[in-house]
Amino acid sequence: MDNIAGKKSSLSIVVNITVFLLVLIWLIPTVGLFVSSFRDRDAISASGWWLAPLATEQTFRGRGDTESVTPGDGGVVLTGNVFLDPEIAPSFPNGEGKIAAFGDSGREPGEFPAGEVADLGDGASLIVERSGDYVFTLPEDPGDRGPRYYVVAKTPPSFTLDNYRTVLSAGGMGQAFVNTLTVTIPTTIIPILMAAFAAYALAWMDFAGRSWLIAAIIGLLVVPLQLALVPMLTLHNQVGIGQSFLGIWLAHAAFGQPLAVYLLRNYMIGLPRDIIESARVDGGTDFQIFMKIILPLSFPALAAFAIFQFLWTWNDLLVAKVFLPSSEETKVMTVKIADDLLGSRGGDWGILAAAAFVSITIPLLVFFTLQRYLVRGLLAGSVK
Amino acid sequence: MNPVFQGLITIAVGVGGIFVYFIASNAFLDKVLFPAKGPNASRNINRANTIRPWLFMAPTIIALSLYLVYPVIGSFIRSLFNRSGDEFVGFSNYTTMFASSEFRTAFWNNVLWALVVPSVSTFLGLLIAQLTDKLRWGNIAKSLIFMPMAISFVGASLIWKFVYAIDPELGVINAIRVNMFGASPLDVLQIAFWNNLFLMVILIWVQTGFAMVILSAALRGIPEETIEAAIIDGANPFQIFFRIQVPQVTNTIIVVFTTTTILVLKVFDIVYAMTGGNFNTQILPSYMMQFMFRDDGRATAVAIVIMLIVTPVMIQNIRQARAEMR
Repeated sequence: MDNIAGKKSSLSIVVNITVFLLVLIWLIPTVGLFVSSFRDRDAISASGWWLAPLATEQTFRGRGDTESVTPGDGGVVLTGNVFLDPEIAPSFPNGEGKIAAFGDSGREPGEFPAGEVADLGDGASLIVERSGDYVFTLPEDPGDRGPRYYVVAKTPPSFTLDNYRTVLSAGGMGQAFVNTLTVTIPTTIIPILMAAFAAYALAWMDFAGRSWLIAAIIGLLVVPLQLALVPMLTLHNQVGIGQSFLGIWLAHAAFGQPLAVYLLRNYMIGLPRDIIESARVDGGTDFQIFMKIILPLSFPALAAFAIFQFLWTWNDLLVAKVFLPSSEETKVMTVKIADDLLGSRGGDWGILAAAAFVSITIPLLVFFTLQRYLVRGLLAGSVK
Repeated sequence: MNPVFQGLITIAVGVGGIFVYFIASNAFLDKVLFPAKGPNASRNINRANTIRPWLFMAPTIIALSLYLVYPVIGSFIRSLFNRSGDEFVGFSNYTTMFASSEFRTAFWNNVLWALVVPSVSTFLGLLIAQLTDKLRWGNIAKSLIFMPMAISFVGASLIWKFVYAIDPELGVINAIRVNMFGASPLDVLQIAFWNNLFLMVILIWVQTGFAMVILSAALRGIPEETIEAAIIDGANPFQIFFRIQVPQVTNTIIVVFTTTTILVLKVFDIVYAMTGGNFNTQILPSYMMQFMFRDDGRATAVAIVIMLIVTPVMIQNIRQARAEMR
């Protein structure tokens, strides 16, 4: 359509902008989570993640340093620096803050701009410079407890890996990560082999009832897994497997079969007939033909299914909830996030974000490096 | 035993076992059962070849019949029994279920999901496929829109929980409401009826990439000549899209639509993680999980309802597959 006279330029700008906006809408949620995962609790509650690269204004409170009391005109004078205050100093490890405003009440912490003398009434006054130096003038000695002051300071943008550290060690996500891998790897490899043999039989061997079997497998593609949960868990309990890794391996391997056989058969049937016929004429047995010709040639389809199965088992919540015990040592990441973190850490967004990213890094990596095979698999699976 | 170690053993035993099974059963068939020598050599070869396909398919057929075929019957039978499974109660699980208002909410919400999610994601997928087709950076755009496919539904829910957060310093939606329109922040997940749509957005966000990839390939498969002919006849881009291209990919659109519909009937993760079915957002799969482990009779009854909804699609798929094989 590029060559429609007179339409191209204006339309192409509109198209560019539309696509750009769509991509933006698609990315914003993930980017927000990603940025938040590197911010600590205070930063998250102080400003939106979209302001993360900018300096943020945060309110702090401290007390006048009572050790600096010196008699002055009309009372006593307290001097000091805001950034050395034990309550405030931890937020400025580099000491590079700038005071924007100050005040003496929590209700209006930024009542007076920095550098201006604030009359606090009753003969008291306070001035806080931008550098953080302050001078308190009080009518009488405050004793042990210094007077409260509030400052609004600009804090430089800060990013931290603390959330990831917390999540991986104390949060139990480290164990969950290992568990997810333990579930995923065997259930990606084993079903492929089972399905490849079956797909070969359905594609290249002649026997009665073949077309019925293919139809049955296509029918099974849409059977909801929900049906299998209760009867299979009961059966697992009866034969002694119970809720265990062995149980979930078996379940995932079986649930992956319809798609695996369907994808692989569709691919294998497209392989050139000549190669297989001539191998048969040369005396090759079906087993040899499968191992030496079909399997290597089907690599793209095997890879496509492997990616599907990997993503599906990695991201699965339903099967893991039912077929794995719900104890802490066997939780996979999806269960961990959905059942534990969303409940108990409901307000701790930094931790939640880090947990989510720990769980989606590997799938994203697989996705971006092997996208070609994934697309091919999708196409083989749905377009005829 | 450490599960990681156990996993490695499983891989070895599983992969090794499958190979041993195939090699051994093949050898047994050819060498022992029907050897290709002696007086009956040719008859034996034929017999071996009749049996071999079933050897190849045996692991798959056993797995499928155990984990997918038997459960259809097993679930149905279980749904006729009471909570503990020792007393036959006929269809009383179903009658209780149909009478409960939560089931009706879940059912109608699910109908809404099954209409909205496939329509919107197929439409957006088609739109994006067409728009990115001509762009120089089209593949990057597609890749980014396709990306949520790799993210778990739980992860996607968490991502959108941020977007929907009530705190205007956290949730983009409320930030826009507060800062641009001066309105007060609100919890979008608690607004009756609309909260369903906000949950659907998550699945649409995930599924549009799928629709886009498949429709994009279908659009590229359209014969060039039909489009060229339309251009020569003076059709404008919109006419070309709606009258030439879309009609030629109708079949693919139907495939994408039904695939997404089936998915909608199975996904419980989003509702489970976002609202737990509260605020009238229940759908059938999450409704079923409420009874799982508590009342297997009711849980299986819900599963059978889901199965019944899926059945027409299943029959249609089988019919089509058989028609294509002839």
